[in-house]
Amino acid sequence: MQRRTIHIDESPIRFDLWRRRLPNWLQRFLPSGGGSHEDHHGKGMFGFTVFLLSESIIFLSFIFTYVALRLTTKNWLPPGISGPELSTIVVINTVVLLSSSFVIQPAENALKRNQLKKFRWLWLITIAMGSYFLVGLLIEWKSLDFKITTGLVGSTFYLLTGFHGLHVLAGVVLQIIMLIRSFIPGNYNKTHFGTSATTLFWHFVDVVWVFLFSLLYLWRA
Amino acid sequence: MTHDFSQEITGDRESENSQNQEGNNWQQYFTFNTDHKVIGIQYMVMTFMFFLIGGLLAMLIRAELLTPESNLVDRPLYNGLFTMHGTIMIFLWIIPFNAGLSNYLVPLMIGARDMAFPLLNAISFWILPPAGLLLLSSFFVPNGTAQSGWWSYPPISLQIPGGGLINGEFIWIVSLVLIGISSIMGAVNFMTTIFWMRAPGMTFFRMPVFVWSVLSAQLLQLINLPALTGALILLLFDLSFGTQFFKPDGNGDPIIYQHLFWFYSHPAVYIMALPAFGIFAEVLPAFSRNPLFGYRSVALATLGIAFISIFVWAHHMFTSATPGWMRMTFMATSMLVAIPTGIKAFAWTATIWRSKLHLETPMLFAMGGAAMFIFGGVTGVMLAATPFDIHVNNTYFVVGHFHYIVFNTITMAIFAAIYYWFPKITGRMYAEGWGKLHFWLTFIPANITFFSMHPLGLQGMLRRVSSYDPQYQGWNIIASLASFLLGASTLPFIANIVGSWLYGPRAVDNPWHATGLEWTTSSPPPRDNFEEIPIVKRPPYDYGNPKYSIIENSNNNE
Ligand code: HEM
Ligand SMILES: [Cu+2]
Repeated sequence: MQRRTIHIDESPIRFDLWRRRLPNWLQRFLPSGGGSHEDHHGKGMFGFTVFLLSESIIFLSFIFTYVALRLTTKNWLPPGISGPELSTIVVINTVVLLSSSFVIQPAENALKRNQLKKFRWLWLITIAMGSYFLVGLLIEWKSLDFKITTGLVGSTFYLLTGFHGLHVLAGVVLQIIMLIRSFIPGNYNKTHFGTSATTLFWHFVDVVWVFLFSLLYLWRA
Repeated sequence: MTHDFSQEITGDRESENSQNQEGNNWQQYFTFNTDHKVIGIQYMVMTFMFFLIGGLLAMLIRAELLTPESNLVDRPLYNGLFTMHGTIMIFLWIIPFNAGLSNYLVPLMIGARDMAFPLLNAISFWILPPAGLLLLSSFFVPNGTAQSGWWSYPPISLQIPGGGLINGEFIWIVSLVLIGISSIMGAVNFMTTIFWMRAPGMTFFRMPVFVWSVLSAQLLQLINLPALTGALILLLFDLSFGTQFFKPDGNGDPIIYQHLFWFYSHPAVYIMALPAFGIFAEVLPAFSRNPLFGYRSVALATLGIAFISIFVWAHHMFTSATPGWMRMTFMATSMLVAIPTGIKAFAWTATIWRSKLHLETPMLFAMGGAAMFIFGGVTGVMLAATPFDIHVNNTYFVVGHFHYIVFNTITMAIFAAIYYWFPKITGRMYAEGWGKLHFWLTFIPANITFFSMHPLGLQGMLRRVSSYDPQYQGWNIIASLASFLLGASTLPFIANIVGSWLYGPRAVDNPWHATGLEWTTSSPPPRDNFEEIPIVKRPPYDYGNPKYSIIENSNNNE
């Protein structure tokens, strides 16, 4: 029996065509077959971005739980508990964390332009800002009149701030590692993927905080 | 660029490989190795061990159900048995076996030298053995293993007998979180590999359907698995640290757990099933000498199935006080899955339609599995109809449905894959007669066992009970006896695989005359997979045109 070969390239859907029309930055994430094996930086950043996607789903699942519980619970605040306060500590903490994104980005850019010294200074300031946030978080926790076992308010509050705090801690640790590595002679190029990934992670942690801050402190009972 | 294949015909290259394989470095399989092929074999062998353990637990369950009374094991132990059976089969057999098979095949199929992050790959694997052993260790803690089934619904899962912090439920949660972390790292690796490591010319629409399946399944792992991890973390807090997210008496809401759980666990059925569909798409064309019918539609249907499966989770919650609008919506979205799945089933049928079939063992398993999927898919659509589901929910009908899929379809597909790629992986041939014996010993008892569960469920027998009304005994005896035979069927399989791996006749590079890239390198492939990275110029499944395989100038087809 005679059979016609099915020519797959006949189909109207052409990935390569619309790929060429995508903006530059997106194209970096969608390489075509071949040629990208050696691009360790691009490959690494792709993988890291994909990882952050799944991290954000964990945060989303916690946020979903918080919102669902809060909407369906009649007595959200147990008697005598006023819930998380929008205190000065929290405000300063938020300002410090969010502005650190505007410090770490120039740091990374400096490294790209080989300005090692500038990179180290800006990087060090970011580390200081991140550490300040962590200390501030602990001070805030101490000042509150409820614990993780105090009703759903306590459970969700410590879960969300604690999980986010762990991420800030991880970010600071990564930053310290990258700073140390920048002092190892000859290692400077290899650190480059690490610094880019750390910078991206830091922006991620900041964006998550914007959501958590609004949900926890601005949404009044 | 042309590839020089002349060496391959002369035998000396082959002996060089066999040395390379036989260098008596079997120890490498017990060490931290970053070669994706070694890691793939590590995954597959380890998960098979868990398959055996899970199978033994199933035999115990079936032995208990031979008689209406609860007489062989006590109820807590029975609860532990089905909980561990389900957990092991899903999280330590099917899902990680697929990860292992994909690990072995994807780089070869897309013409890469390794996975994108080899070190991460090894770490993903080495998380699993401790996590699995941890899970098993719960048989030995006071009060035994977790009791509340593989879905571990609160508040039942939180009602563990008092006592220390370390209990079966705690261990269950911790090991599942570990397995989840391993899977997420694996998913990151697969996504990056498929996007970044393809050989020149290997466009998306020249990728074999198996690679499309891995891509879709791993996308689901990335998007949905974190929801389960989140739910488990909350459950752990409720269990051990005094929070009350899911405790009704503390204002918490157990239904939230169900949403998070099924948001992962429905797509999880496709994380398990899509690679199986991918295996069918490789094996059926190869043994009918036909191009895969409607390749592009099949590839896109794969993505479509993955996409739709994200929006159907609440069909597992029709009886959880779900509001009417939600039932209607999720019934509709669930029915939608039938469209891309239908495309696939149609393509399989059309591929083998009126062709000369070569009924070697892989083909038998693939055809058997594909046929069984039709049956399991139909009962799935029945269950997605809310009125029907409310009737049979939590009965043996559901158990019958998903075993038709997880065993009769996916596990059969896994066997097809093992036989099909055995020559590539080991460089040796398996024994055909033993393979066929294994097939019939699996296919017939599996159908008897799991078919019997449908009438049982329709008559109202509940799942997860160790004693039942005597009226149900007839079908239960049939199911139990057939299941023991099914258990015995693994013996010829193990004998065949172990014996052939050690003493089987040498395999040529492409014993099936198949068209995929993996068949153009030697069996087993060298450390870096290809002597020279191939340049791909042809679509996959070019069986209609016997002069060509996927690479130009290859002489795969005599
Ligand atoms: C593709 C492979 C499939 C697999 C691996 C699979 C697997 C499963 C599993 C494991 C369960 C039991 C969950 C439990 O423990 O309660 C289940 C139940 C269910 N399945 Fe499937 N299934 C598949 C296909 C389908 C399809 C195509 C549909 C519908 C269109 C479907 C609809 C359902 C429904 C509605 C239930 C819930 C039944 C109940 O609890 O009352 N399934 N399936
Ligand atoms: Cu489902």
